[in-house]
Amino acid sequence: MYEIVTKQELATNIYLIEIAAADVAKKSKPGQFVIIRLDDKGERVPLTIAGVDLSRGTVAVAFHAVGRTTKKLAKLNTGELIMDLSGPLGNPAEVSNFGKVLLVGGGVWCSPLHYVANALRKNGNKLYVVCAGRTKNDMVYEDKLKAISNEFYVATDDGSKGNEGLGFLEDILKNQKFDHVIVMGPVSMMKKVVEMTRPYGLKTMVTLASLMVDGTGMCGACRVTVGDETKFACMDGPEFNGLDVDFDELVKRQRVYLPEERMASMIYDKFAGGVKRG
Amino acid sequence: MDKEKRKHGIPMAKQDVLDRIHNFYEVALGYNEEEAVIEAERCLQCPNPLCVKGCPVDISIPEFIKEIKEKNFVAASQKIKEKNSLPAVCGRVCPQENQCQKFCVLGKMGDPISIGRLERFASDYERKEGVSIPEKETAPVTGKVAIIGSGPAGLTTAADLVKLGHEVVMFESLHSAGGVLMYGIPEFRLPKEIVQTEVDYIKKLGVDVKTNYTIGRIYTIDELFADGFDAVFVGSGAGLPNFMGIDGENLGGVYSANEFLIRVNLMKGYLFPEYDTPIRIGKNVAVIGGGNVAMDSARCSLRLGAEKVYIVYRRSREELPAREEEAENAEEEGIIFKLLTNPTKFIGDETGWVKGMECIKMELGEPDASGRRRPIPIKDSEFIMDVDTAIIAIGQTPNPLIQRTTEGLETTRWGTIVTQEESGATTKEGVYAAGDVVSGAATVISAMGQGKTAAKGIHEYIEKKKGPK
Repeated sequence: MYEIVTKQELATNIYLIEIAAADVAKKSKPGQFVIIRLDDKGERVPLTIAGVDLSRGTVAVAFHAVGRTTKKLAKLNTGELIMDLSGPLGNPAEVSNFGKVLLVGGGVWCSPLHYVANALRKNGNKLYVVCAGRTKNDMVYEDKLKAISNEFYVATDDGSKGNEGLGFLEDILKNQKFDHVIVMGPVSMMKKVVEMTRPYGLKTMVTLASLMVDGTGMCGACRVTVGDETKFACMDGPEFNGLDVDFDELVKRQRVYLPEERMASMIYDKFAGGVKRG
Repeated sequence: MDKEKRKHGIPMAKQDVLDRIHNFYEVALGYNEEEAVIEAERCLQCPNPLCVKGCPVDISIPEFIKEIKEKNFVAASQKIKEKNSLPAVCGRVCPQENQCQKFCVLGKMGDPISIGRLERFASDYERKEGVSIPEKETAPVTGKVAIIGSGPAGLTTAADLVKLGHEVVMFESLHSAGGVLMYGIPEFRLPKEIVQTEVDYIKKLGVDVKTNYTIGRIYTIDELFADGFDAVFVGSGAGLPNFMGIDGENLGGVYSANEFLIRVNLMKGYLFPEYDTPIRIGKNVAVIGGGNVAMDSARCSLRLGAEKVYIVYRRSREELPAREEEAENAEEEGIIFKLLTNPTKFIGDETGWVKGMECIKMELGEPDASGRRRPIPIKDSEFIMDVDTAIIAIGQTPNPLIQRTTEGLETTRWGTIVTQEESGATTKEGVYAAGDVVSGAATVISAMGQGKTAAKGIHEYIEKKKGPK
C-alpha cells in the first residue's frame, strides 16, 4: 500500500499528489512514468512522474479527474492509501545539453514537463517554454515554468489568457533557431506542434502515454507506429520523435475504449460519486 | 483388482458444455474421494517406476498414489510437495500425457494411471483441509538470493532455496505474484484462488515477495549485487508478444493474446464494469495460432459472449501444438477450426476498428527444421473472413529489459538467456536463469524442472563462495 502524503488542486479538476514510495523516488528520472492501481478491482493507470522528493521518499504525479479512476483518485485525501504503485517505468526523457530548447506543455502535462525542464536547465540548456491550457482556469504550473524559462509564453484555446491557440509559435519558429523541441500534452496538441516544426526538420520529442495495461512490454496495447516500425510506448518510449509518429493511428487507438470509459465514468458519477469503495 | 477393470481409468467429471460456455468457472471438476481411491488402486506400484523418469521434477509418483489408495490424502499431497511446490497447478496444467503418464506400464494395455488428476485431487484435498507449513529448519541463513519473476520457475527456485536456509527476496513487476499462472492461464482452467494459495505457501515458507518491482527499471542486476545479494535468479519468462507484421495489425480490435488474457484474467475484464478494466469482444472472433494460448483465448472469447469463434492455424490439426485435451475442450465448446489458413492482412472500418481479415489457404510441404511439415501458401486462394475481433497468439519471446540492462549476460538471437543445462548458470557470475526466458515459450513443468536445477546450482555456488554452513 502506498500513502498519499500531500494533495493539491492545481486547477479545476487537476490535482497534484505526492505518494510515499521511497524506492521508486530514488530511481525516477524525468520522462518516466508510474502505474497506479487504486484497489483490488482497479485498472492500471500510467501517470508521468512530475517530480520526486528524496528526503521524504515521495513521487509526485499530476492528473486530470476525467475518468472513473482519476475521479476516484481525486476523492482520496492525504493520509489515505492506494493499493499499487509500480515504477519507474519507461525510458527517461533525453535531457542532455542541446543548447536552445523549445518546450510546449498542455494542461495537466505542464507538471511532468516541469520535471523535464528542470533537468534540461541544470544541464545548461536555454529554455523557451510555452504553458498552454484550454482556458485561463486550466493553467497548470505557470509560475514554476516561468521561473526556469529564458523566454516564457502563455496560450489558451479560447484566448482568455495569453495567446489564443498555438498559432503564435509559427513566428517564433521562423525567427529563432532551436536545437531541440519537447511537447507534452494531449495527442491533438502534440500533433499540431509537430506539424509546425516539421518544415524546419526539428527533432520534436513527444510523450506517448497511449493505452497501457502492464507497462512493461507484455501486452502491446500501447503499440504505436514510429517510422515504419511498430514500437511499444512503454518499452521503447514513452518519448519518441514526433516527426516519425503516425498520429492518425494513435488517435484512433486512443479512442478504442472510449465508450467503455464513458460508461464507467457515468456509472461512477451516478452511483458511486463520493462513496468510497471499501 | 481384476485385469479387465485395471485397464480402464476413471474419467473426470466436467462442467456441462452448455453451461460452461457462459461462465468462467473451472471446466474440469476433479475426482471425489471415491473416484480417487479407485483410480489409485489401479496403480501397479512398480518397483522401478517409469512414470518418475517422465517427471521433470522427480515426484515420487507411486508413493503418493499409495497414500491416496490408503486414504491418507494429506500425506499424499505432502509427499508430492517434497519435490513439487505447485501440485494444484501442475495437476491441472501439466501435459501429463507427454510426461509421466506416457511411461505408465498400464498404458500399454489400456489407460495409463491418471497421475495428474490424482495429483490435483490430493492437493485440492489438502488445500480444503488447510495447508500445513513444514517446520522451518533453524539452519543459519547462508546466502541472500534475488528471484526475478514470480512465475512457475521463480516460485520453484524460491521455495527450494528458502527450504535450504537462504534468505530469498522475489521481485515481481505486476501487482500480483504468479506470473503466467495469474495473467495468462484462464480461471476456467486454473482458478486464481489456487494460484494465490500456492503463492501464499511460498510466502509462509519465508520468501519475501515484492510486487510492483520491475527489475531492469528500478534496479539492475548489478545493483542487486551491490545491495548485498549473493546470487540472482532470472525467471522473467517469455512476456513479449509476437506480432505478424502484416497490414492493419494496429487496428482497434486486434489484440495480442497477452493483452487479451491480461485484461481477462489478471484484470478481470469479464467483470467490467464492476472491475475497472474493460475488454471489448465482437461477434466474430478470429484467434490466430494453434497452441494452448490460442485455445485459452478462443475459449475466453466464447465466454465473453462472442457468437462465432475461429481458431485460424496455418498447419493441419495434426500439427496443432496445443494439448489434445485443450483442443478437444475447444471443439466441444463449439470453437470453429480454420486449419491450413494464414492471415495476410486486417481490414479496418472508418473508425479504425477491424472488420475483416484477409487469409490465404495453405498446404503442407516437406518437413522443416522443427520436423513438422512446412505450410506453403496456395496461390490465388485469398479470401476474406468477416471478423470484428482478432487475437494474435503466435507465441512470445523473452522480455528484453533485463538482458538489455545487464552486461555480461549472453543471449541467443531469439533473445533467450544462455545457461549451462546442469546448473542453470548464465555467462555472468552469480546469475542463474530458468524457464521461458531460457527455453522460449514452453510448459509450466519444464520451467519448474529447470528452476529446481537452478536452485541446486545457486546453493552450490553460494556454499562454494562462502564455505558450507
